[in-house]
Formats: sequence, C-alpha cells, structure tokens
Amino acid sequence: MKIIILGAGQVGRTAANHLSREEANDVTVVDQNEEILRDLQDRLDIRTVNGNAASPRVLEAAGISSTDILVALTNSDEVNMLACQIAWTLYRTPKKIARVRAADYTEREGLFGENRVAVDVWISPEQLVTEYIARLIRYPGALQVLDFADGRVRLVGIRALQGGPLVGHELRTLREHIPSADARVAAIYRAGKSIKPEGTTVIEDGDEVFFLAARENIRAVMKEMRREEAPARRVVIAGGGNIGFRLASELEDKNQVKLIERDSKRARRVSELLRRTTVLLGDAADEELLLEENIDSVDIFAALTNSEEANILSAMLAKRLGAHKVMALINKPSYAELIESGSIDVAISPQTVTIGSLLAHVRRGDVVRVHSLRRGAAEALEVVVHGDADSSKVIGRRIEDISLPEGTTLGAVVRGEDVIIAHHDTTVQPDDHLILFLTDRRHIETVEKLFQGSASFL
Amino acid sequence: MKDILLPVAHVFALVMMVFAATMLAPLVLAVWGLDPALSSFVISAFATFFLGALLWLGTRRFKRELKTRDGLMLVALTWVALPAVAGFPLWNYLPINFTDAYFEAASGLTTTGGTVLSGLEFLPRSINLWRHLLSWLGGMGIIVLAVAILPMLGVGGMQIYRAEMPGPMKDRKLTPRIGQTAKLLWAVYAGLTAACIACLRFAGMDWFDAVCHGFSALALGGFSTYDASIGHFNSLPIEMVLTFFSVLAALNFATHYLAWSERGPMAYFRDAEAKAILGVLVVSCIGVAVFLYMKGNYPDFSTSLRHSIFNVVSIATDSGLHTQDYSRWPIFAPMWMMFLSCIVCSSGSTGGGIKMIRTLVLAKQAHRELNQLVHPSMVRPLKVGGSIIANKVVFAVLAFVFLYFMSIVTLIFLQLASGLDFMTAFSAIIACINNAGPGLGLVGPGSNYGVLNNFQTWVCSAAMLLGRLEVFTILVLFTPTLWRK
Repeated sequence: MKIIILGAGQVGRTAANHLSREEANDVTVVDQNEEILRDLQDRLDIRTVNGNAASPRVLEAAGISSTDILVALTNSDEVNMLACQIAWTLYRTPKKIARVRAADYTEREGLFGENRVAVDVWISPEQLVTEYIARLIRYPGALQVLDFADGRVRLVGIRALQGGPLVGHELRTLREHIPSADARVAAIYRAGKSIKPEGTTVIEDGDEVFFLAARENIRAVMKEMRREEAPARRVVIAGGGNIGFRLASELEDKNQVKLIERDSKRARRVSELLRRTTVLLGDAADEELLLEENIDSVDIFAALTNSEEANILSAMLAKRLGAHKVMALINKPSYAELIESGSIDVAISPQTVTIGSLLAHVRRGDVVRVHSLRRGAAEALEVVVHGDADSSKVIGRRIEDISLPEGTTLGAVVRGEDVIIAHHDTTVQPDDHLILFLTDRRHIETVEKLFQGSASFL
Repeated sequence: MKDILLPVAHVFALVMMVFAATMLAPLVLAVWGLDPALSSFVISAFATFFLGALLWLGTRRFKRELKTRDGLMLVALTWVALPAVAGFPLWNYLPINFTDAYFEAASGLTTTGGTVLSGLEFLPRSINLWRHLLSWLGGMGIIVLAVAILPMLGVGGMQIYRAEMPGPMKDRKLTPRIGQTAKLLWAVYAGLTAACIACLRFAGMDWFDAVCHGFSALALGGFSTYDASIGHFNSLPIEMVLTFFSVLAALNFATHYLAWSERGPMAYFRDAEAKAILGVLVVSCIGVAVFLYMKGNYPDFSTSLRHSIFNVVSIATDSGLHTQDYSRWPIFAPMWMMFLSCIVCSSGSTGGGIKMIRTLVLAKQAHRELNQLVHPSMVRPLKVGGSIIANKVVFAVLAFVFLYFMSIVTLIFLQLASGLDFMTAFSAIIACINNAGPGLGLVGPGSNYGVLNNFQTWVCSAAMLLGRLEVFTILVLFTPTLWRK
C-alpha cells in the first residue's frame, strides 16, 4: 500500500513508524522541517519530501499520482482539508484521511464527502483522547477500555490485585464465579512479558489482564480481578486546553469537576463555555492550591496540559497529596514506560490512541476498528468476514479449526445485535464481526490474509 | 570493540555467502569449457561459502539492527576484505603473489581496470569472466546488491547504501523503501548491460568478448580480454557502441530510471550534472582531436577524431579501455584526460573521481565568493540546476575535496619515496584513486601495473579503495570516536 503522510508532528511520526514497520507499506512523509525529516529517515525505511504539504508540486514529488492513501496530519485543519481536496481533484487519490480538530468543521453535517470537501475520513485526536479518558473514568480500576462494534463489546485492560476473587485461581473457574456473564481473557502480561491465557493459567497478583466482554458484563468481570472501586465522583482536571475542556464538558453532568488553568484569558473563556465545572485559575503543581481544593478527597486527578513534564510532576504531586487515582497525558513512549511502574496510575499516550483509527484504514480486508496496545507491540482488531465456506478460510469453521498465528486470540464474535464470546466450538458465519487480539503485531499480515478470503482477489 | 565489530561481522558473513554464489558463474563456464582453472573456482566458492556460514553461525548471538557507525564499518570491511576473497582463485591458479592477486581483484571490484597480468588473451575464459564479473558487481556496488536482495537489512540498509553510493546528496530515494530503490537501480544497470552486450555482439564481437566488454563498459571498469584492449578489434562500430554506453554509465542511474519511467529524455535535460558532463565531453573530444591533428599525430582529421573520442571518453568517464597508446601523445592530451577523469563522472553513476556535482557546487561557490567581494551585502543561495544547495552540503563538499587531494598528495609521496619516477607515481595514483585504469609512464596503456614492486602495488590498491568509497568511508575507520563505545 502506498501511503503519504503529511506532517511529521507527534502523530505523523508515530503513524510513519507504525506503518513503515509493515513490509507491505511504502511510506512517504512530507514536512516543512528538514531537520525532523532527516532524523526520521535515519531511523525508518521511508522516503521524505521537504515542502508545503498542500502544494501540488510537493505532493507530486512525494508520488501522489500512484498513492493509495493520503493521511493529512499537519497541525492546521485548513492545510489538511486543502491537501485532501487537491489530491482528489488533481490526482483522484482513492482514500484521504485528514486530522480535523475544530468542532466547527466536524460537527457540520454534509461538509465532507463526494462533491464536497474531499475528506473520506476525519480524525480528531483530541476527540479520541477525550473519549478514551472518559471511558477510563467510567470504569475505575481499568488501565484501558477500548470499544468494538459500536461499544457493544469492550476490551478492558486491568491490573489484577490481591483481593479479586479470581486472583490466585485458574482462568477456567471464571465461569463458576460469574455464571451469568461470559468473558474471554485475550492476553495476560506478567512482568512485561505476554503469557498465553489457557484454562489452567493461574492469575497472579500484579498481572496485566486484557479481557473481552459485552458492555453490560464488564463491571462483573472487573470485580473478579480486583476489589471493586467506587465510581469516580470528584474529578480534577489540570489544563484547560482542548482535551481538558472537552473532558470537563463531557463529565460535568455526572461528576463534580474542577478544572485548573494557569492562563487567565483561557480560564475565563473555559468558564464561559462550561456550565457546572468549577474553573480555577492557578498552577496545577501548586501545593497550596491543591490542598485548598481538597485534593485528598479527589477520586481522579487528570493532568492534561501540553507539557508532558508538567503533567508528570503535577500528577505525582497530586498522588502524594492524597488523590485517589492520577492520570497523565504523555507523548514520549519512554516516559510512559518509566512512570507507569511508579506513582502515576495511568499514562495516556495520545498517539497510541489515535494510531488505531488510522490503522483500521490501512489494513487489508474489511477491518472496521484497530486499537494499538502496549506502545504498538500488540494490536486488537475487529474484522468483518465476507463470502461463503468456499471462498473464505474461516467461514463455516469452528474456531478451534482456524489456524491462528502464535499469540493471536479470537475473543468474540458479533453477529447482528448479539455478542457471542468465542469458545472452541463457535462456528463463524458470513458477515460476523470477529474481534482478535494479537500479542505480537508482526503476525498481522498472516492474520490479514486469513480473513481477507479469496473473494477479494477476484 | 568486540561489541562493535561482531554484529557487523554477522552481516558481512551474509555478504560473503552472496558473494560465494557469484563465483558459480565462472565455475559453470569452467565446467562447460573444460577449463584448467576449474579446481581453483571450486575451492574458492566452497571456501568462501563455508567461511561465511561459519562466521554467520559464530556471530549469531550478536545480531542486532545496524546503526550508522555499523553501516560505515560494514561497507569499509566488505570492500577491504572482499578483494582478498575475490583474488583467491587468481592467486590459486595464476603464477602471481598475493599482493598482485589482491590488486587485480580490487582493481576489478573498484572498477579501476588497471591490471598486473599480461597475455590476457591466453588466460582461461573462466578467469577472464571472473575479472569482468568483479568489475560488474563492484560497479553498482556489492552492498547495494546486498540491500536489494537481503530484505532484513531494512533501516540499516539506508546507512550502508549511503556509505557506498557515490555523490554528496543521497537522501533522495527513488522509492520509499531502500530495498526497492536498490532493486530498481540494479535493474536499470542490468538492463543497460544486456543492451550493451547485444550491441557489441551485433557490432562484431563473439559472445564471450561481448559479455566481458559489456560488463566493463557499464561498470566503467576497463578490464579487457586482450592486452591491446579495444585496439585489438580495430573496429569503428565496436568503439561507437562502447563510447555510447560508457557515457550512459557515467550519468546518474536514477536519471536513467526517471527517463525510462517517463518514456522520454526530459529527465536528462533536468539533470544539471548530465548537461555539464555531456558539454565537457563534446568540447574535450573535439579539442583533443584538433590538437592531435595539428601536432601531426594522425594524417587526417577523421582518424584523429575517432581516436580522440574513444580514448578521451574512456579515460574521462574512468572506464580505462583504450585503442591507442595515448601516453605517446603530446603531454597536453593525456594530462587533460587525467584531469577530466577527476571531475567528469556523475553522482550515482558507476564512475569515480570527485563527481561532476561537486565540481559544479565548488564552481558556483567560487562564483558566489567573487560576487560577494563586489556586493558585500548580497544574499544569494547556491543553486545547481535550479535547486538550492544547503550550506551544509557545500561544507561537506569542501571537506571531501580537501581530503581527496590530501590523499592523492600523500600517496604520490609514498610512491616517490619508494623510488618510482614522478610521471609514473603521479599518473598511477590519479588513475587509481579515480578508478580510471591505465596511467602514464611505466603504467601507461602500452604496459601495466605488473612492473610495480609489492609496496607500490599495495599503495595503488589503497588508492583504488579510497577512491571507490569516496575517501570518507575508509578514513572514518581511523577516527578514534568510531571505536569508542
């Protein structure tokens, strides 16, 4: 697949890294900063072009005429939309994905599409990150909550702790513990290493467990892994930027939200737009301010400013002052690794959250959703199978008969409105949505081939 | 040091195994022609493969992704060590010592084309094929070939590609994947070689000579299967074919690819280097022809033009095939040819020297300095062919040219100290570092490098390797920081 990425910012670089690691993709990155490009080319097997992303001449130098997918990720919405429009008007590029942040554009019905602004898919990293954090807050104790099939099935990452009824027991006893709710453990990570989840595997204290379950059963399964936590009531958000503001407006109806912003103009603006949130003017790393606002009784403290260093420090401070659970927005993968084992409960990486929605469009076969996990090492995806028993390698077969590569788990099947947790004797039918978990994303091509079926070659 | 060298050795082992496979070509020819050199090739091919496999297994623990310095080290190691491996069949079969065998193989791989052997027409065909095949493999580059066919080099591929490809600006790739770029370049190279071989056959050579000289022409190697080189054939069509393909080989192969994919010659007109090269060649050929005619070397102008065109193009493009003993021409002509051999070839070609792009950059820089004297507050970026050259590149070019000339001076002094006369010492080093082939004096086209003693031969081998890898890649081995952890 020939892919052009416009903009070598955080998201652009992560996308280039993920995409170029797969043998089948030819990636070209366009940016105006030559230094960044040179550095990127030293580390990745890609081509780079220096210049304005919306200029036809630059796009041509990047090989737009034979490109399959254009991904516009510069930090200007307008440049992104224009680049997509030019790619479509002049070169008929089949798929155009643009990062569009401003709600003014994204909320407008009928702005994008055929005979309109030629953007096939728009993604808004801020929006995705906000939704991601909101889900985490809804399920206290979870490290990750990812949606499949419009949220009917969710993949939850959770750290098993002493006190959960299943901890210290074999996995197969899960059904005896909660007969009413079905779930499938897709992966277990112990001390950073993946171990194959089998019926006889014993969950230990400190394991990172990923399980798939229907939305309504998630709480019941989580209760098995660690003692149930009370739902979050009091939330403090540090940073009134795009993400902080969106999160506050999403949470303010059900929770008691306080938002700390250090810029007085921004604080004023945010306070005008929000209805019930208490907006505080000040520094999130100011001990006095935090104590004054009863940080010790706060359920969740989320540091979401632009500066990841400030996020780490203020989250650590909040934790020390007694906040129950702290989260920090962190861009650098190495930072995330450093602090998740320390005093910060959840590190949120905007790129990892965003990259999944890009990957879904690059995957061959009918892949509807991709989530990148564990800093890109693992991947969870939702595939729709088409065809019949003759044209497809999976349809009409029982799951135990499908030869999946090592480390791959078929966790759930969504058939119409029903969610079926996969068991060895479940039979795959046409148009099923299958939810797969790959602990090693290097097997992705094997999986793609398996589910693509031969029909798509015709 | 162990941690630095062993991961590189692991990849080098792979290169060795690939290289062993190329020995199959002369081996098959030897079997077919019941050649006396057969046993030498059998031993060499097996020994190379076996040693490579042993090294590969032994260093498997140290396998890791190649970093920038590993890339440099790998390329330098490959180029220093491979002539020894490649020279083994020659050393084993021919009555020559290891020094000469190394020189001969290095001369092939670096596409220099100077030889220590005489009586070439009486050598077994397999030996001659091997010499020419070495030229051909070295022309586009052993490492570029490895990048093309060994997929796992990946990101590290870019590092070693850069260390081997000639030219100051190599970040621009034809395709996003380095492996694919390498494949394309090799495809263009192989395609042009096939075309050249067919033309030579058509022009009157037999198949064997056509293949050998086709390899020589596209690699700008300069080996021939006859002591008298192309003079042996005394055929105008053959000379025209070889001249045409030598000029093509002296242009950037990326430009050939662009021209081919656009199905038109516009790419050549956009390539500032190509235009300059063609201009310099046309002017020089006519100038030298007029000069020789006026000096009375040839009775009529057309003969003068014929010999001028073939020999000037051949030396200027660093090929080194010849039809005349041009060292007997009045000294202006051969000296001018030596000068051209330093500057004419394009970046991304198979030729040597400082490359036309660097010449252009320096000329423009000199022009800019002059203008700056007249208009002290002038702001003017340096442009070549309409695109702006960053100051960083200009500095790199300056440093390169300095090192290049210092290398020449140092090596000439070494030759003089060993007792060689000035003309031989000077021309041998110029011809070797530019990968051109024959020099003047004792090592002129009428003679060969066999007259040098062991020390002088090693100096020439060093000059060839320095020139082929554009000085930096070899000299960086002597910087202490490379070896520090």
